[in-house]
Amino acid sequence: MRVLIMAKEGEQSAAATPPTPEAMAEYQKFNDELVKAGVVLEAGRLYPSSQSKRVRFDGKKRTVIDGPFAETKELVAGYWLWQVRSIDEALEWLKRAPYDGGTFEVRQVLEYEGM
Amino acid sequence: MTAGPSRSVRSSNTRACEGPLAIGLGAGHASDSPGRRKAATAEAHRATEAIWRIESARLIAGLARVVGDIGTAEELAQDALVAALEQWPAEGVPERPGAWLMGTAKHRAFDLIRRRKMLERKHEEIGRELERTQEGLEVDTAIEADVGDDLLGLIFMACHPVLAKDARVALTLRVLGGLTTDEIARAFLVPVPTIAQRIVRAKRTLAEAHVNFEVPRGAERVASLASVLEVIYLIFNEGYSATAGTDWVRPALCEEALRLGRILAELIPTEPEVLGLVALMEIQASRLGARVGPSGEPVLLLDQDRARWDRLLIRRGLAALDRAEGLGGALGPYALQAAIASCHARATTAAETDWPRIVALYDAVAELAPSPVVELNRAVAVGMAFGPAAGLDLVDALVGEPSLKSYHLLPAVRGDLLRKLGRMEEAVAEFLRAASLTDNVPERDLLQRRAVECAAERMTG
Repeated sequence: MRVLIMAKEGEQSAAATPPTPEAMAEYQKFNDELVKAGVVLEAGRLYPSSQSKRVRFDGKKRTVIDGPFAETKELVAGYWLWQVRSIDEALEWLKRAPYDGGTFEVRQVLEYEGM
Repeated sequence: MTAGPSRSVRSSNTRACEGPLAIGLGAGHASDSPGRRKAATAEAHRATEAIWRIESARLIAGLARVVGDIGTAEELAQDALVAALEQWPAEGVPERPGAWLMGTAKHRAFDLIRRRKMLERKHEEIGRELERTQEGLEVDTAIEADVGDDLLGLIFMACHPVLAKDARVALTLRVLGGLTTDEIARAFLVPVPTIAQRIVRAKRTLAEAHVNFEVPRGAERVASLASVLEVIYLIFNEGYSATAGTDWVRPALCEEALRLGRILAELIPTEPEVLGLVALMEIQASRLGARVGPSGEPVLLLDQDRARWDRLLIRRGLAALDRAEGLGGALGPYALQAAIASCHARATTAAETDWPRIVALYDAVAELAPSPVVELNRAVAVGMAFGPAAGLDLVDALVGEPSLKSYHLLPAVRGDLLRKLGRMEEAVAEFLRAASLTDNVPERDLLQRRAVECAAERMTG
């Protein structure tokens, strides 16, 4: 199965201190391990919400809303698409990630419609 | 950043004994503790199973290097798993579960080696304390050696050419995929004892042939690698077009094969054929969702809704093919087949397919790895590129071929070409013959439907 991991790390403001080289190396090591295990299909980081837009649909009406958005804890800062055998496997991998804050959401992707 | 609620729920499991939960239990909240404990046990079991899936191959590989054979390595790893299942529900899942399992198994491996050496050297007078220290060091270094090399060694051993194909497939799924005998049996629709026996026999064959745990080099490596790739593609194909049963595709097997292929491509990133196989599987897997109709019936390549092809897998497949081509040299059979698959992946509609290029690629495959099945595929491409009569000529040349005697796709392809040439009566006979030769139910239905269509066209035409 495929799972989408959403890193709800909160808003990354421009003033925030960039990650230390040690933290980056830790992250890189973890990501390498995932790739070597054939788990990662795709990964990406997102720009802060100040550079984002939202489109709200209401019947025929479309409203474009400019960032930044207020609900900082719900904002996604990055994502992974993983190929795993079960949600539990995804959880076991995720628990090994070198993070000390934030919430990471694990969602299964719908696949093979009609099968 | 504060930890979210879901995170703290998880940590109550991992530190059940020292956290507030343990205090709660001790303070006599008898009414809810059994339920809570039961839930914690179930959760620990699920976690342990998932950890096994993640760690088992590395664990068995590291142990196989030390003890020398897959059978013993697997037993030691299983013992460690049993210990985990006993201890983790009560004590909590350790912070580094992989290291815990390896440490536990390592102690047992150490005991085993010590016992073996004691037997071997029973006449020698060796200070027991000294022996213990030295062997301890040996085992430690061996186990902490390059994990990648260990995994490769295990892959080459499980796919060793000395084993029958069936045995290689079963052993690979078991020790590298971390699948249980039951799961393998279900996937291949054979009885559990059959698979169990295959695995036992495979281990015995490896032991009897004195197959060493090592990464082969030189000419031996070429043959061994070919055997590994064959095993992975066999697993993929069984999922991609099941030879038997009521499902036309079994995506779980394709996913296992893809995972093994991706792991192998990370371990040996400079082998064009490994990348070629990965590219081939990624691109073929991109069509899995489009290959099955609403009632489970097969939808053949040219009839598929290409909007349903998985763009991510196509992109990954094309990237792997690029890397294979970028390594230089002539493409091998897998990379060539991936190149053929890429022609389909790049065509927005079936009509836009570059058939002459596909014919040229099949020519190259036929030169490198000639086989009647490749010839049959080439005939299909020729039929598309240069007309059904040209294709039929090639197929007719294959009709007497002994190895295709019971291959259902020969009459299926012939029926298709005859139909295009308006020779409906012969087409009906070919489709019916093809239907009688496959054990896959949805595929048989499709072929019978083709026969009925041709019969109807004959009446109206």
